[in-house]
Amino acid sequence: MKHSINKLEETPSQTAGPYVHIGLLPHQAGFDIFANNFSNDLLRPDTKGERITIEGMVFDGSGAPIRDMLVELWQANAEGRYHHPADRQQGKAIDPGFRGWGRTGTDFATGLYTFETIKPGSVVGRSGTKPMAPHVSLWMVSRGLNIGLSTRMYFDDESEANAADPVLNLIEQPTRRKTLLGHRGTRDGKTVYRFDIHLQGAHETVFFDV
Amino acid sequence: MADEYGEFYQRNRDIHPPALTPTYKTSVLRSPRIPLWSLQNSLSEVTGPVFTPDELGPLDHDLIKNYAHTGDPVGERTIIHGQVLDEDARPQAGVLVEIWQANAGGRYRHVNDRYFAPIDPNFGGCGRTLTDSEGRYWFRTVKPGVYPFRNYINSWRPAHVHFSIFGSGFAQRLITQMYFEGDPMIKHDAIAQTIADPAALDRLVAKLDLNASIPLDSVAYRFDIVLRGRRATMFENKLQGN
Repeated sequence: MKHSINKLEETPSQTAGPYVHIGLLPHQAGFDIFANNFSNDLLRPDTKGERITIEGMVFDGSGAPIRDMLVELWQANAEGRYHHPADRQQGKAIDPGFRGWGRTGTDFATGLYTFETIKPGSVVGRSGTKPMAPHVSLWMVSRGLNIGLSTRMYFDDESEANAADPVLNLIEQPTRRKTLLGHRGTRDGKTVYRFDIHLQGAHETVFFDV
Repeated sequence: MADEYGEFYQRNRDIHPPALTPTYKTSVLRSPRIPLWSLQNSLSEVTGPVFTPDELGPLDHDLIKNYAHTGDPVGERTIIHGQVLDEDARPQAGVLVEIWQANAGGRYRHVNDRYFAPIDPNFGGCGRTLTDSEGRYWFRTVKPGVYPFRNYINSWRPAHVHFSIFGSGFAQRLITQMYFEGDPMIKHDAIAQTIADPAALDRLVAKLDLNASIPLDSVAYRFDIVLRGRRATMFENKLQGN
């Protein structure tokens, strides 16, 4: 399909390859180069909201955990406002202690990824009226992925909000909606949401063309 | 007229590689089998992280100096520069551009790279910068070498630099690779050839830019980057922002 009315065409994607960590997570690649490093810890002492851990694995079509996946997370703050000028929702404040973005790599040994963050609030939907249930956006790249994959994690303890969510309700098969649920648990007194991602198979995660 | 904060034009997937490209074998078990669910943009997609100059160090964009311990790294001194635009040719200011690459011998500084070409003690292989008010960026580095990878037993990657780019919205997120003009390896590379459209692949090939070279010092290549453009906003069925 031609979109030729645009002046320019988007730059094509290429795989991030096996050494993505060099550029985006040099400590995981095995060296220290930058004074300031991006990380999977979105928290500062002054961040407002309920502290949570989000963790999980990404599985390939053989069922094996992918141990070289780069995962980025983007989310609203505890009031449901994004730290970005395009978010003009009234009555919700920016949290100066929370940017809402982090990145990590699945562990080379275990395949586990982890984010330390807060549970986001509900954000208005695209119609400008209907709220979306609390969720985080995830984007991942790796060797073997020719273009990044986008998905969302919703919270399984928000069943009422999830049932009314305009994005979840777009997904035709109710069983597929469940692939977007993070499962709440507790470990060592901390709240942990488990969110496994399946690239193929019976439990293939819903990925979005955003 | 596009809105600074509008929804993004639908991504034209024809110019991108498909997820499943069996000649690049790793893609077979890592490509979703069910079609992507098309999602109209909400605030979750049109917003994204904002980065500021104080987060970066003064040498972060200079791969010749940012890991130099006993001297400069070995290799052809090379400048890579260009402009980040959107599909409406609007310059994208304040965009975070991160790069990584092999050293001049084709070896990566990475715990999982076991190729026997030597590590260069003075080369880390990564850099980052923010585009200026006109969307321009600039890196100094050494030209990366060709290296083998396990796809077929005689598969080689052309010289390339990996690029990661943030736009102003998370849905513009893009990772790609930049190749060098005239490299005979490109047409044999299983990864470059995942892009079916030759014109699209050619836009990943940086052009020699002698006028941007520094005489008697470094040769330059130009690589412009295009991110998705934004529509006029249609919140509550009223046209806003124009």
